[in-house]
Amino acid sequence: MYCKKIMIVQTIRRTATCTTQLNYQKAEPSIKLKTHTDSTGVCSPHLSLQLELQSQSMAASTAVTANYVLKPPPYALDALEPHMSKQTLEFHWGKHHRAYVDNLKKQVLGTELEGKPLDHIINKTYNNGDLLPAFNNAAQAWNHEFFWESMKPNGGGKPSGELLALLERDFTSYEKFYEEFNAAAATQFGAGWAWLAYANDKLKVVKTPNAVNPLVLGSFPLLTIDVWEHAYYLDFQNRRPDYIKTFMNNLVSWEAVSARLEAAKTASSSSA
Amino acid sequence: MAIRCVASRKTLAGLKETSSRLIGFRGIQTFTLPDLPYDYGALEPAISGEIMQIHHQKHHQTYVTNYNNALEQLDQAVSKGGTSAVVKLQSAIKFNGGGHVNHSIFWKNLAPVKEGGGEPPKGSLGSAIDTHFGSLEGLVKKMSAEGAAVQGSGWVWLGLDKELKKLVVDTTANQDPLVTKGGSLVPLVGIDVWEHAYYLQYKNVRPEYLKNVWKVINWKYASEIYEKECN
Repeated sequence: MYCKKIMIVQTIRRTATCTTQLNYQKAEPSIKLKTHTDSTGVCSPHLSLQLELQSQSMAASTAVTANYVLKPPPYALDALEPHMSKQTLEFHWGKHHRAYVDNLKKQVLGTELEGKPLDHIINKTYNNGDLLPAFNNAAQAWNHEFFWESMKPNGGGKPSGELLALLERDFTSYEKFYEEFNAAAATQFGAGWAWLAYANDKLKVVKTPNAVNPLVLGSFPLLTIDVWEHAYYLDFQNRRPDYIKTFMNNLVSWEAVSARLEAAKTASSSSA
Repeated sequence: MAIRCVASRKTLAGLKETSSRLIGFRGIQTFTLPDLPYDYGALEPAISGEIMQIHHQKHHQTYVTNYNNALEQLDQAVSKGGTSAVVKLQSAIKFNGGGHVNHSIFWKNLAPVKEGGGEPPKGSLGSAIDTHFGSLEGLVKKMSAEGAAVQGSGWVWLGLDKELKKLVVDTTANQDPLVTKGGSLVPLVGIDVWEHAYYLQYKNVRPEYLKNVWKVINWKYASEIYEKECN
């Protein structure tokens, strides 16, 4: 069974992300026309049309598009199985993340925030901790995109190269980092996130409540795990520790983390 | 009524062998998971049996276990005079103790339909609701809206302000008990809006859960508390 829709697949080579902005620098834009079907004969939403992203990124490669797009994860919704189910991705990305993006658009319409880059909205509405209404949707839209890109199929395991060296430097060993990241994720009371972040030439583990992220705390996010219950409840129910282990052992994209570290170091030194 | 297999721990806290340690022994109480006054499946279709079982046997039990552990550690810290340690334990106590308090109230706030769940409040509470909110529907609408608007995890409450002698609707974050919003507040009805309270059944659609939970709210219990506090 073939999907009747013709999907325009745009290949954008994503460079390392800057801390406060997601950069999409287009190298060789290649537009492919293809019919798509996955093994169940269903059109995968991750190949959906993103033409507005193309025109935006052609104009400027710095600011995040003001259109607050619901970007699909860089893999099919079933690609993380059995560690994170397709059903979870369908709800988590397809409902929760989508709602943050849609509600943010509605919320900033007609206000001074309308049309502003996402990171600008996040910082403005964080308001030094006295959160303004749009913060939740804005930060959660950002956090979730960052989360999908923190994972990959057949991920996990140990990092290598400079990232490993820095983890060993700042945590004494990879195992100690693993423990600390695990503990942060497990002990974040209620909803929130755990992060590996970079600031002042040092790596650290941070945990944040609800929608808060390291951007507003003055550090560069490198890796995150969502510990809101909706992130793991369908697959793990109350067993958050099992979810965290599975994430670390099978899902983390160390390539993404390394690329972000490079960008963070570049951004740090250029502003130093 | 079926007897559920409920994990319960009745251990004497902190009692060790040496007599010298008994001098500092304070005899702190150990808490246990309360039984549900109904079967796990008795609240269906409003709340699924699967959710009730996990919610009670896993989530609430974990709060009880961790609360007991925190109290034990607190006891030791207090006897040693370690102020930093005492202060550091406060968040674990608030979180787990609050979780135990809130869930203990919640199980009583719910009842199967055939045992009165969903039946509107009569008597003095019924009148007070009409006075303060116009009608039960008005109260339900307000609580549902505020419950849906809680960002992250928390609870929505109908409370009685003992001092001002009026009903209030309020929300608390995480496992903060209602009393953290005002020392004179007495919880009458609390609705858990943590995702674990509804996710397996309602997924991301919290408003749908809030629409249906009223069908199993035990107004008889809320009335009892209200009448007791008003006398």
